[in-house]
Amino acid sequence: MEEVEVNLEEQFEAKVAKDIRIEPKDWMPDAYRKTLIRQISQHAHSEIVGMLPEGNWITRAPSLKRKAILLAKVQDEAGHGLYLYSAAETLGASRDQMIADLHSGKAKYSSIFNYPTLSWADIGAIGWLVDGAAIMNQVPLCRTSYGPYARAMVRVCKEESFHQRQGFEIMMTLCNGAPEQKKMAQEAFNRWWWPTLMMFGPKDEESPNTEQSMRWRIKRFTNDELRQRFVDMMVPQAEFLGLTVPDKDLKWNEAKNGYDYGQIDWDEFWSVVKGNGPCNKQRIQTRVKADQEGAWVREAALAHAEKRAQRERQKAEQAA
Amino acid sequence: MHNHENAPHLHEQHFNTPVQEYAPEVKQLVLDYTLQLADTSFILGHRLSEWCGHGPVLEQDMALSNIALDLIGETRSLYQYAAELEGKGRAEDDMAYLRDTVEYKNPLLVEQPNGDFGDTILRQFIFDSFHFFFLKELQNSTDHRLAAIAEKSLKESSYHIKWSSEWVIRLGDGTEESRKRIEKAIDNLWPFSGEFFMMTATEKALLEQGVIPDYSQIKQSWDAHVAKVFEEATLAVPQNVWMQSGGKEGRHTEHLGFVLTELQYLQRTYPGLEW
Repeated sequence: MEEVEVNLEEQFEAKVAKDIRIEPKDWMPDAYRKTLIRQISQHAHSEIVGMLPEGNWITRAPSLKRKAILLAKVQDEAGHGLYLYSAAETLGASRDQMIADLHSGKAKYSSIFNYPTLSWADIGAIGWLVDGAAIMNQVPLCRTSYGPYARAMVRVCKEESFHQRQGFEIMMTLCNGAPEQKKMAQEAFNRWWWPTLMMFGPKDEESPNTEQSMRWRIKRFTNDELRQRFVDMMVPQAEFLGLTVPDKDLKWNEAKNGYDYGQIDWDEFWSVVKGNGPCNKQRIQTRVKADQEGAWVREAALAHAEKRAQRERQKAEQAA
Repeated sequence: MHNHENAPHLHEQHFNTPVQEYAPEVKQLVLDYTLQLADTSFILGHRLSEWCGHGPVLEQDMALSNIALDLIGETRSLYQYAAELEGKGRAEDDMAYLRDTVEYKNPLLVEQPNGDFGDTILRQFIFDSFHFFFLKELQNSTDHRLAAIAEKSLKESSYHIKWSSEWVIRLGDGTEESRKRIEKAIDNLWPFSGEFFMMTATEKALLEQGVIPDYSQIKQSWDAHVAKVFEEATLAVPQNVWMQSGGKEGRHTEHLGFVLTELQYLQRTYPGLEW
Protein backbone atom coordinates (compact mmCIF):
# COMPACT_ATOMS: atom_id res chain seq x y z
CA MET A 1 0.00 0.00 0.00
CA GLU A 2 2.74 2.41 1.04
CA GLU A 3 4.64 1.67 -2.12
CA VAL A 4 1.62 2.49 -4.27
CA GLU A 5 1.29 5.80 -2.45
CA VAL A 6 4.94 6.64 -3.09
CA ASN A 7 4.47 5.80 -6.72
CA LEU A 8 1.41 8.00 -7.05
CA GLU A 9 3.21 10.85 -5.36
CA GLU A 10 6.13 10.49 -7.75
CA GLN A 11 3.83 10.42 -10.74
CA PHE A 12 2.05 13.51 -9.45
CA GLU A 13 5.30 15.40 -8.92
CA ALA A 14 6.50 14.36 -12.36
CA LYS A 15 3.31 15.60 -14.00
CA VAL A 16 3.48 18.92 -12.23
CA ALA A 17 7.14 19.32 -13.17
CA LYS A 18 6.22 18.74 -16.82
CA ASP A 19 3.37 21.27 -16.57
CA ILE A 20 0.73 18.63 -17.16
CA ARG A 21 -2.53 19.78 -15.59
CA ILE A 22 -3.91 17.96 -12.60
CA GLU A 23 -7.60 17.13 -13.06
CA PRO A 24 -10.29 16.41 -10.40
CA LYS A 25 -10.15 12.62 -10.74
CA ASP A 26 -6.35 12.42 -10.67
CA TRP A 27 -4.58 11.37 -7.52
CA MET A 28 -3.13 14.29 -5.57
CA PRO A 29 -1.47 14.70 -2.16
CA ASP A 30 -3.86 15.73 0.60
CA ALA A 31 -1.83 18.83 1.31
CA TYR A 32 -2.09 19.91 -2.34
CA ARG A 33 -5.86 19.44 -2.20
CA LYS A 34 -6.12 21.38 1.07
CA THR A 35 -3.93 24.21 -0.16
CA LEU A 36 -6.04 24.55 -3.28
CA ILE A 37 -9.35 24.47 -1.43
CA ARG A 38 -8.02 27.16 0.90
CA GLN A 39 -6.74 29.33 -1.93
CA ILE A 40 -9.69 28.91 -4.32
CA SER A 41 -12.33 29.40 -1.65
CA GLN A 42 -10.48 32.46 -0.34
CA HIS A 43 -10.47 33.76 -3.85
CA ALA A 44 -14.20 33.05 -4.28
CA HIS A 45 -14.97 34.77 -0.96
CA SER A 46 -12.93 37.79 -2.06
CA GLU A 47 -15.10 38.11 -5.16
CA ILE A 48 -18.28 37.95 -3.10
CA VAL A 49 -17.19 40.27 -0.30
CA GLY A 50 -15.60 42.48 -2.97
CA MET A 51 -19.07 43.14 -4.37
CA LEU A 52 -19.92 45.20 -1.30
CA PRO A 53 -17.55 48.19 -1.38
CA GLU A 54 -18.26 48.81 -5.06
CA GLY A 55 -21.93 47.92 -4.72
CA ASN A 56 -22.03 50.78 -2.23
CA TRP A 57 -21.92 53.22 -5.18
CA ILE A 58 -24.29 51.57 -7.67
CA THR A 59 -27.28 53.59 -6.49
CA ARG A 60 -25.23 56.81 -6.51
CA ALA A 61 -23.33 56.37 -9.79
CA PRO A 62 -23.21 59.77 -11.51
CA SER A 63 -24.51 58.83 -14.97
CA LEU A 64 -26.61 56.13 -16.58
CA LYS A 65 -23.61 54.75 -18.41
CA ARG A 66 -21.50 54.60 -15.24
CA LYS A 67 -24.36 52.99 -13.38
CA ALA A 68 -24.74 50.27 -16.03
CA ILE A 69 -21.00 49.62 -16.17
CA LEU A 70 -20.65 49.43 -12.39
CA LEU A 71 -23.64 47.15 -12.00
CA ALA A 72 -22.33 44.88 -14.77
CA LYS A 73 -18.95 44.84 -13.08
CA VAL A 74 -20.24 43.91 -9.65
CA GLN A 75 -22.42 41.27 -11.27
CA ASP A 76 -19.31 39.86 -12.97
CA GLU A 77 -17.78 39.47 -9.53
CA ALA A 78 -20.74 37.36 -8.45
CA GLY A 79 -20.11 35.27 -11.57
CA HIS A 80 -16.43 34.90 -10.69
CA GLY A 81 -17.42 33.79 -7.21
CA LEU A 82 -19.69 31.22 -8.75
CA TYR A 83 -17.08 29.66 -11.02
CA LEU A 84 -14.51 29.65 -8.27
CA TYR A 85 -16.86 27.95 -5.81
CA SER A 86 -17.52 25.39 -8.55
CA ALA A 87 -13.77 24.87 -9.08
CA ALA A 88 -13.36 24.29 -5.32
CA GLU A 89 -16.27 21.84 -5.39
CA THR A 90 -14.33 19.68 -7.85
CA LEU A 91 -11.89 19.12 -4.96
CA GLY A 92 -14.64 17.85 -2.68
CA ALA A 93 -15.48 21.08 -0.83
CA SER A 94 -19.17 22.08 -0.60
CA ARG A 95 -20.37 25.61 -1.29
CA ASP A 96 -22.48 25.64 1.88
CA GLN A 97 -19.48 24.68 4.00
CA MET A 98 -17.21 27.25 2.34
CA ILE A 99 -19.80 29.97 2.94
CA ALA A 100 -20.28 28.86 6.53
CA ASP A 101 -16.49 29.16 7.01
CA LEU A 102 -16.55 32.68 5.59
CA HIS A 103 -19.35 33.69 7.93
CA SER A 104 -17.71 32.19 11.01
CA GLY A 105 -14.44 33.96 10.26
CA LYS A 106 -12.58 30.69 9.73
CA ALA A 107 -11.99 31.42 6.04
CA LYS A 108 -10.25 34.59 4.92
CA TYR A 109 -10.80 36.89 1.98
CA SER A 110 -8.72 39.68 0.51
CA SER A 111 -8.22 42.35 3.17
CA ILE A 112 -8.51 45.14 0.64
CA PHE A 113 -12.30 44.86 0.84
CA ASN A 114 -12.24 45.84 4.48
CA TYR A 115 -11.60 49.43 3.49
CA PRO A 116 -14.56 51.77 2.87
CA THR A 117 -15.53 53.47 -0.41
CA LEU A 118 -16.02 57.11 0.50
CA SER A 119 -16.30 58.90 -2.82
CA TRP A 120 -17.05 58.15 -6.46
CA ALA A 121 -13.30 58.32 -7.13
CA ASP A 122 -12.93 55.20 -4.98
CA ILE A 123 -14.76 53.30 -7.70
CA GLY A 124 -12.16 54.49 -10.19
CA ALA A 125 -9.30 53.76 -7.79
CA ILE A 126 -10.55 50.25 -7.06
CA GLY A 127 -10.90 49.43 -10.74
CA TRP A 128 -7.55 50.86 -11.63
CA LEU A 129 -5.44 49.79 -8.62
CA VAL A 130 -7.20 46.89 -6.95
CA ASP A 131 -8.23 45.17 -10.18
CA GLY A 132 -4.78 45.98 -11.55
CA ALA A 133 -3.18 44.19 -8.61
CA ALA A 134 -5.67 41.34 -8.91
CA ILE A 135 -4.73 40.87 -12.58
CA MET A 136 -1.04 40.87 -11.66
CA ASN A 137 -1.78 38.10 -9.15
CA GLN A 138 -4.20 36.22 -11.36
CA VAL A 139 -2.66 36.10 -14.81
CA PRO A 140 -0.04 33.57 -13.65
CA LEU A 141 -2.90 31.52 -12.18
CA CYS A 142 -4.19 30.88 -15.71
CA ARG A 143 -1.20 28.48 -15.87
CA THR A 144 -1.64 27.06 -12.38
CA SER A 145 -1.25 23.31 -12.09
CA TYR A 146 -4.87 22.47 -11.16
CA GLY A 147 -7.00 22.32 -14.35
CA PRO A 148 -10.42 23.62 -13.17
CA TYR A 149 -8.80 26.54 -11.31
CA ALA A 150 -6.65 27.47 -14.31
CA ARG A 151 -9.65 27.40 -16.64
CA ALA A 152 -11.78 29.47 -14.26
CA MET A 153 -8.98 32.01 -14.09
CA VAL A 154 -8.81 32.39 -17.87
CA ARG A 155 -12.42 33.63 -17.82
CA VAL A 156 -11.90 35.74 -14.71
CA CYS A 157 -8.83 37.47 -16.15
CA LYS A 158 -10.57 38.44 -19.39
CA GLU A 159 -13.27 40.23 -17.43
CA GLU A 160 -10.86 41.75 -14.94
CA SER A 161 -8.91 43.49 -17.66
CA PHE A 162 -12.12 45.12 -18.84
CA HIS A 163 -12.78 46.23 -15.26
CA GLN A 164 -9.34 47.70 -14.93
CA ARG A 165 -9.70 49.73 -18.12
CA GLN A 166 -13.00 51.08 -16.81
CA GLY A 167 -11.40 52.07 -13.52
CA PHE A 168 -8.58 53.85 -15.28
CA GLU A 169 -11.12 55.64 -17.47
CA ILE A 170 -13.01 56.91 -14.42
CA MET A 171 -9.73 58.20 -12.97
CA MET A 172 -8.82 59.85 -16.27
CA THR A 173 -12.20 61.58 -16.50
CA LEU A 174 -11.80 62.88 -12.93
CA CYS A 175 -8.20 63.95 -13.43
CA ASN A 176 -9.10 65.85 -16.61
CA GLY A 177 -12.18 67.34 -14.97
CA ALA A 178 -12.84 70.16 -12.52
CA PRO A 179 -10.41 70.84 -9.64
CA GLU A 180 -12.78 69.23 -7.13
CA GLN A 181 -12.83 66.07 -9.24
CA LYS A 182 -9.06 65.93 -9.47
CA LYS A 183 -8.86 66.42 -5.72
CA MET A 184 -11.34 63.58 -5.27
CA ALA A 185 -9.11 61.35 -7.45
CA GLN A 186 -5.91 62.19 -5.55
CA GLU A 187 -7.59 61.68 -2.21
CA ALA A 188 -8.87 58.24 -3.26
CA PHE A 189 -5.43 57.35 -4.65
CA ASN A 190 -3.83 58.32 -1.31
CA ARG A 191 -6.13 55.97 0.58
CA TRP A 192 -5.95 52.99 -1.80
CA TRP A 193 -2.27 52.93 -2.79
CA TRP A 194 -0.77 51.28 0.29
CA PRO A 195 -3.57 48.78 0.94
CA THR A 196 -3.24 47.75 -2.72
CA LEU A 197 0.48 47.02 -2.27
CA MET A 198 -0.49 44.84 0.68
CA MET A 199 -2.71 42.75 -1.61
CA PHE A 200 0.34 40.81 -2.79
CA GLY A 201 0.66 39.36 0.68
CA PRO A 202 3.47 39.40 3.25
CA LYS A 203 7.13 39.77 2.31
CA ASP A 204 8.59 36.59 0.83
CA GLU A 205 10.54 35.75 3.97
CA GLU A 206 7.29 35.89 5.97
CA SER A 207 5.05 34.06 3.53
CA PRO A 208 4.63 30.55 4.95
CA ASN A 209 2.95 28.93 1.94
CA THR A 210 4.96 30.36 -0.92
CA GLU A 211 7.72 27.77 -1.20
CA GLN A 212 5.49 24.70 -1.33
CA SER A 213 2.99 26.45 -3.65
CA MET A 214 5.79 27.40 -6.04
CA ARG A 215 7.01 23.81 -6.09
CA TRP A 216 3.50 22.52 -6.85
CA ARG A 217 3.16 25.22 -9.49
CA ILE A 218 0.05 26.58 -7.88
CA LYS A 219 1.97 29.82 -7.58
CA ARG A 220 4.38 31.00 -10.29
CA PHE A 221 5.93 34.12 -8.77
CA THR A 222 6.63 35.25 -5.22
CA ASN A 223 4.70 38.02 -3.47
CA ASP A 224 7.59 40.47 -3.67
CA GLU A 225 8.21 39.78 -7.36
CA LEU A 226 4.61 40.54 -8.21
CA ARG A 227 4.54 43.62 -5.95
CA GLN A 228 7.61 45.03 -7.68
CA ARG A 229 6.09 44.48 -11.11
CA PHE A 230 2.93 46.22 -9.99
CA VAL A 231 4.75 49.28 -8.70
CA ASP A 232 6.78 49.49 -11.90
CA MET A 233 3.61 49.33 -13.97
CA MET A 234 1.52 51.76 -11.94
CA VAL A 235 3.94 54.62 -11.31
CA PRO A 236 4.02 55.73 -14.97
CA GLN A 237 0.23 55.45 -15.13
CA ALA A 238 -0.12 57.68 -12.07
CA GLU A 239 2.25 60.17 -13.70
CA PHE A 240 0.16 60.07 -16.87
CA LEU A 241 -2.93 60.89 -14.81
CA GLY A 242 -1.09 63.70 -13.03
CA LEU A 243 -1.46 62.03 -9.64
CA THR A 244 1.21 62.00 -6.95
CA VAL A 245 2.13 58.60 -5.54
CA PRO A 246 1.78 58.96 -1.75
CA ASP A 247 5.27 57.64 -1.05
CA LYS A 248 8.11 60.06 -0.38
CA ASP A 249 10.67 57.25 -0.71
CA LEU A 250 9.60 56.27 -4.21
CA LYS A 251 12.62 56.50 -6.50
CA TRP A 252 13.72 55.01 -9.83
CA ASN A 253 16.58 52.56 -9.34
CA GLU A 254 18.58 52.31 -12.54
CA ALA A 255 20.58 49.32 -11.32
CA LYS A 256 17.56 47.11 -10.73
CA ASN A 257 15.60 48.70 -13.57
CA GLY A 258 12.66 49.26 -11.25
CA TYR A 259 11.36 51.56 -8.53
CA ASP A 260 12.44 51.49 -4.93
CA TYR A 261 9.45 52.13 -2.73
CA GLY A 262 8.89 52.96 0.91
CA GLN A 263 8.20 50.74 3.86
CA ILE A 264 4.80 49.04 3.89
CA ASP A 265 3.01 49.31 7.22
CA TRP A 266 2.89 45.59 8.03
CA ASP A 267 1.30 46.26 11.40
CA GLU A 268 -1.70 47.67 9.58
CA PHE A 269 -1.72 44.68 7.23
CA TRP A 270 -1.78 42.11 10.06
CA SER A 271 -4.24 44.15 12.04
CA VAL A 272 -6.74 44.16 9.12
CA VAL A 273 -6.12 40.44 8.47
CA LYS A 274 -6.94 39.78 12.13
CA GLY A 275 -10.28 41.52 11.79
CA ASN A 276 -9.53 45.08 12.85
CA GLY A 277 -9.90 46.86 9.53
CA PRO A 278 -12.45 49.64 9.25
CA CYS A 279 -15.10 47.40 7.61
CA ASN A 280 -14.32 43.77 8.59
CA LYS A 281 -17.31 43.45 10.89
CA GLN A 282 -19.65 45.31 8.58
CA ARG A 283 -18.73 43.19 5.55
CA ILE A 284 -19.29 39.86 7.28
CA GLN A 285 -22.46 41.07 8.95
CA THR A 286 -23.81 42.13 5.56
CA ARG A 287 -23.06 38.71 4.06
CA VAL A 288 -24.56 36.89 7.04
CA LYS A 289 -27.69 39.05 6.86
CA ALA A 290 -28.17 38.35 3.13
CA ASP A 291 -27.70 34.64 3.81
CA GLN A 292 -30.12 34.55 6.75
CA GLU A 293 -32.76 36.66 5.04
CA GLY A 294 -32.48 34.46 1.97
CA ALA A 295 -32.90 31.19 3.86
CA TRP A 296 -36.69 31.06 3.46
CA VAL A 297 -36.32 31.69 -0.29
CA ARG A 298 -33.88 28.82 -0.72
CA GLU A 299 -36.10 26.57 1.38
CA ALA A 300 -39.15 27.48 -0.69
CA ALA A 301 -37.32 26.72 -3.94
CA LEU A 302 -36.27 23.31 -2.62
CA ALA A 303 -39.73 22.52 -1.26
CA HIS A 304 -41.36 23.48 -4.55
CA ALA A 305 -38.89 21.42 -6.60
CA GLU A 306 -39.63 18.44 -4.35
CA LYS A 307 -43.41 18.89 -4.73
CA ARG A 308 -43.00 19.09 -8.47
CA ALA A 309 -40.85 15.97 -8.62
CA GLN A 310 -43.38 14.11 -6.51
CA ARG A 311 -46.21 15.11 -8.86
CA GLU A 312 -44.17 13.90 -11.82
CA ARG A 313 -43.59 10.57 -10.13
CA GLN A 314 -47.31 10.20 -9.39
CA LYS A 315 -48.17 11.02 -12.97
CA ALA A 316 -45.68 8.45 -14.23
CA GLU A 317 -47.09 5.81 -11.86
CA GLN A 318 -50.64 6.50 -12.96
CA ALA A 319 -49.62 6.26 -16.60
CA ALA A 320 -47.87 2.93 -16.00
CA MET B 1 -20.50 36.60 -17.68
CA HIS B 2 -20.93 39.31 -20.28
CA ASN B 3 -19.19 39.96 -23.46
CA HIS B 4 -18.90 43.61 -22.54
CA GLU B 5 -17.71 44.75 -25.93
CA ASN B 6 -21.08 43.80 -27.36
CA ALA B 7 -23.27 44.64 -24.37
CA PRO B 8 -25.88 47.03 -25.77
CA HIS B 9 -26.48 48.82 -22.47
CA LEU B 10 -22.90 50.04 -22.37
CA HIS B 11 -22.92 51.73 -25.76
CA GLU B 12 -23.21 55.48 -25.98
CA GLN B 13 -25.98 56.03 -28.52
CA HIS B 14 -28.51 53.24 -28.88
CA PHE B 15 -30.40 54.23 -32.05
CA ASN B 16 -29.34 56.40 -34.95
CA THR B 17 -32.59 56.74 -36.91
CA PRO B 18 -33.79 60.35 -37.19
CA VAL B 19 -36.84 61.63 -35.28
CA GLN B 20 -39.93 61.56 -37.50
CA GLU B 21 -41.93 64.67 -38.37
CA TYR B 22 -44.61 65.63 -35.85
CA ALA B 23 -46.90 68.60 -35.31
CA PRO B 24 -45.56 70.45 -32.23
CA GLU B 25 -48.44 69.46 -29.93
CA VAL B 26 -48.14 65.77 -30.92
CA LYS B 27 -44.39 65.92 -30.50
CA GLN B 28 -44.88 67.20 -26.95
CA LEU B 29 -47.21 64.30 -26.21
CA VAL B 30 -44.72 61.76 -27.58
CA LEU B 31 -41.98 63.42 -25.53
CA ASP B 32 -44.01 63.34 -22.31
CA TYR B 33 -44.92 59.73 -22.90
CA THR B 34 -41.37 58.66 -23.73
CA LEU B 35 -40.23 60.22 -20.47
CA GLN B 36 -42.96 58.35 -18.61
CA LEU B 37 -41.77 55.03 -20.05
CA ALA B 38 -38.14 55.89 -19.33
CA ASP B 39 -38.90 56.92 -15.73
CA THR B 40 -40.75 53.65 -15.20
CA SER B 41 -37.90 51.42 -16.38
CA PHE B 42 -35.35 53.59 -14.64
CA ILE B 43 -36.90 53.62 -11.19
CA LEU B 44 -37.56 49.89 -11.28
CA GLY B 45 -34.04 49.19 -12.60
CA HIS B 46 -32.65 51.36 -9.82
CA ARG B 47 -34.69 49.55 -7.17
CA LEU B 48 -33.47 46.18 -8.47
CA SER B 49 -29.89 47.41 -8.48
CA GLU B 50 -30.22 47.97 -4.71
CA TRP B 51 -30.23 44.17 -4.37
CA CYS B 52 -26.78 43.74 -5.90
CA GLY B 53 -24.60 41.93 -3.36
CA HIS B 54 -27.54 41.20 -1.03
CA GLY B 55 -29.53 38.54 -2.91
CA PRO B 56 -30.80 35.36 -1.25
CA VAL B 57 -28.43 33.17 -3.26
CA LEU B 58 -25.66 34.02 -5.74
CA GLU B 59 -27.57 32.90 -8.85
CA GLN B 60 -30.57 35.07 -7.98
CA ASP B 61 -28.37 38.01 -7.05
CA MET B 62 -27.08 37.82 -10.62
CA ALA B 63 -30.57 37.44 -12.07
CA LEU B 64 -31.75 40.58 -10.26
CA SER B 65 -28.77 42.53 -11.60
CA ASN B 66 -29.40 41.21 -15.10
CA ILE B 67 -32.96 42.48 -15.09
CA ALA B 68 -31.80 45.79 -13.63
CA LEU B 69 -29.26 46.09 -16.45
CA ASP B 70 -31.85 45.34 -19.10
CA LEU B 71 -34.18 47.97 -17.68
CA ILE B 72 -31.42 50.56 -17.43
CA GLY B 73 -30.51 49.78 -21.05
CA GLU B 74 -34.11 50.37 -22.10
CA THR B 75 -34.13 53.54 -20.00
CA ARG B 76 -31.13 54.92 -21.85
CA SER B 77 -32.69 54.33 -25.27
CA LEU B 78 -35.84 56.11 -24.10
CA TYR B 79 -34.15 59.10 -22.43
CA GLN B 80 -31.92 59.51 -25.47
CA TYR B 81 -35.01 59.60 -27.65
CA ALA B 82 -36.72 62.06 -25.29
CA ALA B 83 -33.69 64.35 -25.46
CA GLU B 84 -33.77 64.22 -29.26
CA LEU B 85 -37.50 64.93 -29.36
CA GLU B 86 -37.07 67.88 -27.04
CA GLY B 87 -34.23 69.25 -29.15
CA LYS B 88 -32.94 71.65 -26.51
CA GLY B 89 -29.47 70.19 -26.21
CA ARG B 90 -30.23 68.16 -23.11
CA ALA B 91 -28.93 64.59 -22.92
CA GLU B 92 -30.03 61.31 -21.30
CA ASP B 93 -28.35 62.13 -17.99
CA ASP B 94 -30.07 65.52 -17.73
CA MET B 95 -33.36 63.70 -17.98
CA ALA B 96 -32.47 61.17 -15.31
CA TYR B 97 -30.48 63.30 -12.89
CA LEU B 98 -31.93 66.80 -13.09
CA ARG B 99 -35.69 66.29 -12.93
CA ASP B 100 -37.49 66.44 -9.60
CA THR B 101 -40.14 64.21 -8.02
CA VAL B 102 -43.24 65.80 -9.57
CA GLU B 103 -41.63 65.73 -13.02
CA TYR B 104 -41.12 61.98 -12.80
CA LYS B 105 -44.07 60.13 -14.37
CA ASN B 106 -43.57 56.50 -13.39
CA PRO B 107 -46.50 54.50 -12.02
CA LEU B 108 -46.40 54.19 -8.21
CA LEU B 109 -45.67 50.45 -8.21
CA VAL B 110 -42.07 50.72 -9.40
CA GLU B 111 -40.98 53.18 -6.71
CA GLN B 112 -42.18 50.92 -3.87
CA PRO B 113 -39.31 49.70 -1.68
CA ASN B 114 -37.75 46.28 -2.29
CA GLY B 115 -39.09 44.84 0.97
CA ASP B 116 -38.21 41.16 1.23
CA PHE B 117 -37.56 38.91 -1.77
CA GLY B 118 -41.29 38.14 -1.94
CA ASP B 119 -42.19 41.83 -2.27
CA THR B 120 -39.55 42.30 -4.96
CA ILE B 121 -40.80 39.26 -6.87
CA LEU B 122 -44.40 40.33 -6.73
CA ARG B 123 -43.60 43.90 -7.77
CA GLN B 124 -41.60 42.47 -10.67
CA PHE B 125 -44.34 40.03 -11.62
CA ILE B 126 -47.02 42.76 -11.74
CA PHE B 127 -44.70 44.93 -13.83
CA ASP B 128 -43.45 42.20 -16.17
CA SER B 129 -46.98 41.00 -16.84
CA PHE B 130 -47.76 44.51 -18.07
CA HIS B 131 -44.42 45.30 -19.70
CA PHE B 132 -44.26 42.13 -21.78
CA PHE B 133 -47.73 42.42 -23.34
CA PHE B 134 -47.33 46.18 -23.66
CA LEU B 135 -44.05 45.93 -25.57
CA LYS B 136 -45.56 43.33 -27.87
CA GLU B 137 -48.17 45.87 -28.92
CA LEU B 138 -45.85 48.86 -28.88
CA GLN B 139 -43.84 47.20 -31.64
CA ASN B 140 -46.71 48.26 -33.93
CA SER B 141 -46.55 51.90 -32.87
CA THR B 142 -46.74 54.53 -35.60
CA ASP B 143 -43.73 56.05 -33.86
CA HIS B 144 -40.81 54.26 -35.46
CA ARG B 145 -38.36 54.77 -32.63
CA LEU B 146 -40.70 53.58 -29.90
CA ALA B 147 -41.51 50.56 -32.06
CA ALA B 148 -37.80 49.80 -32.47
CA ILE B 149 -37.08 50.19 -28.75
CA ALA B 150 -40.05 47.93 -27.97
CA GLU B 151 -38.78 45.26 -30.32
CA LYS B 152 -35.38 45.25 -28.68
CA SER B 153 -36.72 45.27 -25.12
CA LEU B 154 -39.32 42.59 -25.79
CA LYS B 155 -36.66 39.88 -26.04
CA GLU B 156 -35.37 40.81 -22.59
CA SER B 157 -38.85 41.18 -21.15
CA SER B 158 -39.82 37.68 -22.28
CA TYR B 159 -37.04 36.40 -20.02
CA HIS B 160 -38.10 38.65 -17.13
CA ILE B 161 -41.74 37.53 -17.16
CA LYS B 162 -40.65 33.91 -17.17
CA TRP B 163 -38.35 34.49 -14.21
CA SER B 164 -40.81 36.41 -12.04
CA SER B 165 -43.71 34.06 -12.90
CA GLU B 166 -41.64 31.02 -11.90
CA TRP B 167 -40.74 32.65 -8.61
CA VAL B 168 -44.37 33.52 -7.82
CA ILE B 169 -45.15 29.84 -8.35
CA ARG B 170 -42.24 28.67 -6.19
CA LEU B 171 -43.07 31.02 -3.35
CA GLY B 172 -46.84 30.40 -3.50
CA ASP B 173 -46.45 26.64 -3.72
CA GLY B 174 -43.26 26.33 -1.67
CA THR B 175 -43.27 26.36 2.14
CA GLU B 176 -45.80 27.72 4.59
CA GLU B 177 -43.54 30.68 5.26
CA SER B 178 -42.98 31.55 1.60
CA ARG B 179 -46.71 31.41 1.03
CA LYS B 180 -47.35 33.78 3.94
CA ARG B 181 -44.75 36.17 2.62
CA ILE B 182 -46.00 36.24 -0.96
CA GLU B 183 -49.58 36.70 0.30
CA LYS B 184 -48.40 39.66 2.36
CA ALA B 185 -46.69 41.07 -0.73
CA ILE B 186 -49.91 40.66 -2.74
CA ASP B 187 -51.77 42.47 -0.01
CA ASN B 188 -49.29 45.36 0.01
CA LEU B 189 -48.74 45.76 -3.70
CA TRP B 190 -52.01 44.85 -5.40
CA PRO B 191 -53.42 48.39 -5.02
CA PHE B 192 -50.58 49.54 -7.31
CA SER B 193 -51.37 47.07 -10.09
CA GLY B 194 -54.27 49.03 -11.62
CA GLU B 195 -52.48 52.25 -12.51
CA PHE B 196 -50.80 50.74 -15.56
CA PHE B 197 -54.18 50.43 -17.25
CA MET B 198 -55.70 53.78 -16.26
CA MET B 199 -55.23 56.11 -19.18
CA THR B 200 -54.00 59.64 -18.55
CA ALA B 201 -54.99 62.50 -20.86
CA THR B 202 -51.60 62.14 -22.61
CA GLU B 203 -52.17 58.45 -23.16
CA LYS B 204 -55.71 58.93 -24.49
CA ALA B 205 -54.47 61.49 -27.01
CA LEU B 206 -51.63 59.20 -28.12
CA LEU B 207 -54.00 56.26 -28.50
CA GLU B 208 -55.94 58.33 -30.99
CA GLN B 209 -52.73 59.04 -32.89
CA GLY B 210 -51.90 55.33 -33.07
CA VAL B 211 -48.69 55.90 -31.14
CA ILE B 212 -49.67 53.68 -28.22
CA PRO B 213 -51.75 50.52 -28.01
CA ASP B 214 -55.16 50.16 -26.40
CA TYR B 215 -54.59 49.24 -22.76
CA SER B 216 -57.88 47.38 -22.45
CA GLN B 217 -56.52 44.61 -24.66
CA ILE B 218 -53.29 44.49 -22.70
CA LYS B 219 -55.37 44.25 -19.52
CA GLN B 220 -57.05 41.11 -20.87
CA SER B 221 -53.67 39.48 -21.53
CA TRP B 222 -52.49 40.65 -18.10
CA ASP B 223 -55.55 39.17 -16.36
CA ALA B 224 -55.17 35.87 -18.18
CA HIS B 225 -51.47 35.59 -17.38
CA VAL B 226 -51.93 36.53 -13.73
CA ALA B 227 -54.80 34.04 -13.36
CA LYS B 228 -52.74 31.25 -14.89
CA VAL B 229 -49.67 31.87 -12.75
CA PHE B 230 -51.65 32.36 -9.54
CA GLU B 231 -53.53 29.14 -10.16
CA GLU B 232 -50.29 27.24 -10.50
CA ALA B 233 -48.98 29.02 -7.41
CA THR B 234 -52.19 28.06 -5.55
CA LEU B 235 -52.75 31.76 -4.80
CA ALA B 236 -55.99 33.73 -5.03
CA VAL B 237 -56.23 36.78 -7.29
CA PRO B 238 -57.51 39.63 -5.10
CA GLN B 239 -60.93 40.98 -6.01
CA ASN B 240 -62.43 44.47 -5.69
CA VAL B 241 -59.23 46.14 -4.51
CA TRP B 242 -59.07 49.94 -4.42
CA MET B 243 -56.49 50.97 -7.00
CA GLN B 244 -54.03 53.77 -6.29
CA SER B 245 -52.98 56.10 -9.07
CA GLY B 246 -51.30 59.44 -9.68
CA GLY B 247 -47.69 58.45 -10.42
CA LYS B 248 -48.13 58.85 -14.16
CA GLU B 249 -49.18 62.45 -13.49
CA GLY B 250 -46.40 63.19 -11.00
CA ARG B 251 -48.30 62.56 -7.76
CA HIS B 252 -46.03 60.04 -6.07
CA THR B 253 -45.69 58.13 -2.82
CA GLU B 254 -43.14 59.46 -0.34
CA HIS B 255 -40.60 56.88 -1.46
CA LEU B 256 -39.65 58.48 -4.77
CA GLY B 257 -38.10 61.58 -3.19
CA PHE B 258 -35.57 59.42 -1.37
CA VAL B 259 -34.79 57.37 -4.46
CA LEU B 260 -34.05 60.55 -6.40
CA THR B 261 -32.04 62.08 -3.56
CA GLU B 262 -29.73 59.10 -3.60
CA LEU B 263 -29.40 58.60 -7.31
CA GLN B 264 -29.02 62.31 -8.12
CA TYR B 265 -26.57 63.02 -5.31
CA LEU B 266 -23.38 63.56 -7.34
CA GLN B 267 -25.01 65.49 -10.17
CA ARG B 268 -26.70 67.78 -7.65
CA THR B 269 -23.65 68.23 -5.41
CA TYR B 270 -21.29 69.03 -8.29
CA PRO B 271 -23.49 70.64 -10.93
CA GLY B 272 -22.49 70.62 -14.58
CA LEU B 273 -19.51 68.26 -14.44
CA GLU B 274 -18.64 65.31 -16.66
CA TRP B 275 -18.24 61.96 -14.93
